[in-house]
Amino acid sequence: MIKLHDVTKDYARNAGALKNVTFELHKGEFCFLTGHSGAGKSTILKLIHMAERPTSGEVRVSGYSSTNITNRDVALLRRKIGYVFQDFRLLQDRTAAENIAFALEVTGARATVIRHKVGRLLAHVGLAAKAEKLPSELSGGEQQRVAIARALAHDPLVLLADEPTGNLDERATQGIFEMFRSINAAGTAILFATHNLELVRANPGIRLVELAHGEIIHDSLLERVS
Amino acid sequence: MYALREAASAFRRAPVLTGLSAAMIALSLFVIGLFGLAAHNVREAIQNVESRVEVVAYLHDDAVPAAVQSAQQDIEAFEEVSAVRYISREEALAIARRELDELGNIFGTLDTNPLPASLEISLHPGQSGPEVIRLVASKVAGMPVVEEVQYGADWIDKIFVLRRVAGVATATLGIGFAAVAALIIGAAIRMAVFARRDEILIMRLVGATDAFIRRPFVLEGMMTGLIGAVLAVAATWGVFRLLSDSVVQLTWIPGTWLMFGLAAGVAVGLLASMIAVRRHLSEIV
Repeated sequence: MIKLHDVTKDYARNAGALKNVTFELHKGEFCFLTGHSGAGKSTILKLIHMAERPTSGEVRVSGYSSTNITNRDVALLRRKIGYVFQDFRLLQDRTAAENIAFALEVTGARATVIRHKVGRLLAHVGLAAKAEKLPSELSGGEQQRVAIARALAHDPLVLLADEPTGNLDERATQGIFEMFRSINAAGTAILFATHNLELVRANPGIRLVELAHGEIIHDSLLERVS
Repeated sequence: MYALREAASAFRRAPVLTGLSAAMIALSLFVIGLFGLAAHNVREAIQNVESRVEVVAYLHDDAVPAAVQSAQQDIEAFEEVSAVRYISREEALAIARRELDELGNIFGTLDTNPLPASLEISLHPGQSGPEVIRLVASKVAGMPVVEEVQYGADWIDKIFVLRRVAGVATATLGIGFAAVAALIIGAAIRMAVFARRDEILIMRLVGATDAFIRRPFVLEGMMTGLIGAVLAVAATWGVFRLLSDSVVQLTWIPGTWLMFGLAAGVAVGLLASMIAVRRHLSEIV
C-alpha cells in the first residue's frame, strides 16, 4: 500500500535527511517509527503525504507515484491518508464539531452527510458531550481526540501520526494510544512516529522501524522474517 | 456555497481590512467616476456645439437662380447634409441689420447691398467631424455658383483636439487608478491569505483541491470590488447633485457607463485576487 524505494531526500541546509531508504507499510499494519530528533521520521511522513518529493528514488502510495503525481491527485490522495500532529493543529475559532466538519466541507461533502458523520466520529472518540467546545476549552488529550476524529473523517487507509503523544501526560498518552490500537483493529494502517521508547517497549508485538541519521538501522519485521 | 460563506465571513472576521480595501477601491473608482462625469458633460457640450456647426457657401452675384436652385438640390442630396437654406442678398442684409445692431446705421446708409446671397448647409448629427465638414466644404466649393465657403475650420479642429485630449486623459487616469486599486486588492488578499494560513494548511492536509482553496479568496476580491464600485457610484452621485444644485447644471452619467464601472470594479477585484491568491498560496506549505 505504501512503498518507499531507495529514497534519498536532501534539503538545502540539511543534506542527507534520508539516505537510500526502502520501506514498506502493508494494509492494516501498525508500525512504530522511532529515532532521535532529526533522524528522518517526519521526512518519511511528509514524503508519504506527498508534501515533499524525494531527491531520488520513488514513493508509491495507494497507486500514486511521487514521480508523476499531479497537484490535483495529491489532494485526492490525501483524502485516503489521515494525519495527526503533536500540536493537534485545530482551528482555534471553531468548535470540536466544526473542526471535524471542516475536513468534510472542504472536500465538498453534503451537509446531511457532514452532520451524520461528525456525530458518529465525536462519539467514536468519546467527545459527543463536548461537540460545542472550543479547543481552548478542551484538555490536550481531548484536543488530540478531536484531531484524530478529523483525520478519520474520510475513512483513510492509513493514519500518519507524528509524535501524537508528545504533548500529553502519561495517562492521556495511554488513552490516545489505545484509541490508535482500536482504529487499527478496525482495519486502518497506522504509522506512528515517536521517540517515546517506553510506549514502544510496552508494546513488543508491534513492528518497530528505527532511524538514525536518515537511515533505517533496525526493522523488527525484517528481523522476524530472517 | 462554502466559498460564498467563507468569502462573506472574511468581511465579518476582518472588517477593518476588507473595509479599507473596499474604501480604497471606492476612492480609485470615485476618481474615475469624477472624470467620467466631467468627460460625459464635456462630450455633451461638444455635441451641442457640433449640432450647430454649419457650412456657409457664398454665391457669385451673377449666379442664375436656376443654377442656384440646382446646386441647392445637389447639396441636399449629399448624405451628410440634413438641410440647405437659401439666403438671398436682401435677406442677408436684413439679418445683418438685425443681428449687428451697432453696425445697423452703416448698413442703413448704403446705396447698394454689399452682401452676397448664400446657402446655409446643416449637417446630420454625428456627421459633423472635421473630416466630414472639410469634405462637404470642398465639394460645395467646387460648384460654379459658389464663390467662397466658410465653416470655422480652426475652432472645429480645436474642439476635436480638446475632445481627444479629454478622452485620453480619462483613459490614462482610469487605467492608472484601476492599477492602484488592483495593487490594493492584491495586498488585502495577501493579508487575508496569511490571516487564514492555519485554515489553508488544514485544507491542504485533509485533501482540498487548490481550486477549492482559491475560490473564497477570489470571491472576496470580487465582492470587495463590487462594494467599492457601488460606493464610488454613490460618491460620484453626491458630487453630481452638489454641483448641479449649486454651481452648474450637469447631466448624469449614462446607465451603460455605470454598468461598465460596476463591471470594472468586479473585474479589477477578480483579477487582482486571482493573481494574489495564486502567488501567495504557493508560499504556504
